[in-house]
Amino acid sequence: MLAEQQRAQPALSLPVSKRERRQRLTPWLFLFPGIGVLLAVGIYPVIYALWASVHKVDLVNLAAGTPFDGAQNYFSAFLNSLFTGAVARSLLFLAISLPLELALGMLIALYLHGTVLPRVRSVVRVVLVIPMAMTPVVVGLIGSLVFNNQFGLVNYLIGFGHMQSVDWLGNSQLAYLTTLALQVWQWTPFVTLILVASLATVPPEIEEALRLETKSWLKRLRYVQLPFLLPGITAALIFQTAYIVKLFDMVYTLTGGGPGVSTELVSIYIERNAFRAFDIGTAAAQSVILLVITIVLSNLYIRFFYVEAEA
Amino acid sequence: MKARTLAPILTVVVGALLVVVALGPVYWMMAASLKTDNQIFAIPPVWLFHPTFEHYRHVLADLGMASALAHSAFVGIATTALAIVLGVPAGYAIARFRFRGRRDVWFWFISNYMMIPVILVIPYFLIARNLHLINSPLMLILAYQTFAVPLVVWLTADQFGAIPKALDEAAKIDGAGELGIFFRIMVPLAVPGIAVAAILSLIFSWNELLYAMILTPSDETRTAPVTALSFLGGYSIPWGDLMAAGSLIVLPVIVFAVLVSRYLVRGLTLGAVK
Repeated sequence: MLAEQQRAQPALSLPVSKRERRQRLTPWLFLFPGIGVLLAVGIYPVIYALWASVHKVDLVNLAAGTPFDGAQNYFSAFLNSLFTGAVARSLLFLAISLPLELALGMLIALYLHGTVLPRVRSVVRVVLVIPMAMTPVVVGLIGSLVFNNQFGLVNYLIGFGHMQSVDWLGNSQLAYLTTLALQVWQWTPFVTLILVASLATVPPEIEEALRLETKSWLKRLRYVQLPFLLPGITAALIFQTAYIVKLFDMVYTLTGGGPGVSTELVSIYIERNAFRAFDIGTAAAQSVILLVITIVLSNLYIRFFYVEAEA
Repeated sequence: MKARTLAPILTVVVGALLVVVALGPVYWMMAASLKTDNQIFAIPPVWLFHPTFEHYRHVLADLGMASALAHSAFVGIATTALAIVLGVPAGYAIARFRFRGRRDVWFWFISNYMMIPVILVIPYFLIARNLHLINSPLMLILAYQTFAVPLVVWLTADQFGAIPKALDEAAKIDGAGELGIFFRIMVPLAVPGIAVAAILSLIFSWNELLYAMILTPSDETRTAPVTALSFLGGYSIPWGDLMAAGSLIVLPVIVFAVLVSRYLVRGLTLGAVK
């Protein structure tokens, strides 16, 4: 392109090419500040973490230096049953909460989509925004209030007015379930609103035609609405998976990972390993493994669900 | 005929149930924050009571919540201001210029948003320690750019892209320079997108715990969520104070969330969902 213009205007070749070069530079001048800062706060730390993951970094004993350690941190990460246990707890957390959120979200979305009263729909849509915008720390605080075993509202409600003494946060399995319940409470609205938006993309004439064809809402869902829902479902899965891998604030507030290690999800474990056990090198290796897991899961979703959508 | 009268009633009942499930727990926290400790522990639960603001007075005046909220507000506003300065020009370049690598740059900005905090917080801590920046809000504000900048870039790129091309061509003929076009014509037209991005960035940085807990841990510098969490550390849990702190943290979030309710899902997924 440059050469062409130079040929077309040989007399002006120098100033034009200068202007041309400046024009090609302009977008990068606008981009430069943002790219620069994100390189510094997003990319450089990841490189730093990769470096730490192959070095021995002991915060308590930094004077001993940080010698190269090969894959030792990765070996000890995998051999550590606390880490593999935390990964397993996070994956189980995903496996339970995602289907629950999707099923509940789908039901609520279908209700909102088919409602005969548009005003109810707009009220509910605004209300649903509140749980997912809530500060996760505060969600944890609310959980510890309503699930308290001595005066919690939940124990009062499940006893129909007679206080039950279920120790929701003191028992390993129950604490895990309570954490799941709060996750589902906070994020089902997110899935719901995504699905409501997806349902709105179904052309009304197609939906109307099918309503005459069959009375079964399940058939309508499977053959007409589902193809339109798949991109939304994929997005919900990717963002909820990423969220659960990152999940820290709410669980940390509610249980601190306990009792024992029963609610110690992977982010909570790595934070503890780095900042309470001060084993920075291994923690860095573990966080790198976590990053790989997230990328693999996202790619799986995209491949699986988008192929389904195209078929 | 019967079904026709039943449907609206059923709709209202289900809708009311959803509202109760979504807001009930939040209401219960706020109610507890206005009760005396005896009323909080009462069985059966107290539904009607004379509100007391004693817990609010106590957490604000004695437990450092006032300064913690101020820190949170400062960090949130500074984060957002910096993200706008960095992100708006980038969003503009991506939307209005055709250059090689444009899509890659866009994707790279967005992908920063998916980053896992626990992988970043370890290097942040080491860097902050080396630079003696632990307890300085600067590190926190920089850390928050990882989600704030992608948010601003995506929302403003969307907004700039919708402005007709003829506008800056006309301005160019009138002799306006690149910077003049950007500041005097484009930025004013993108204000709605910038405002939504600003509110979302305020909410997300206000809500954050992990970075704040590691990078600004001291009593004098910590943010509101870290301070509320510290109430859990004692021998007995001050439930009323805790709920007052929680309510104070969450009230502005609720106001802002309702304000941008149409954009929240799109913001959380950076436009993956229209």
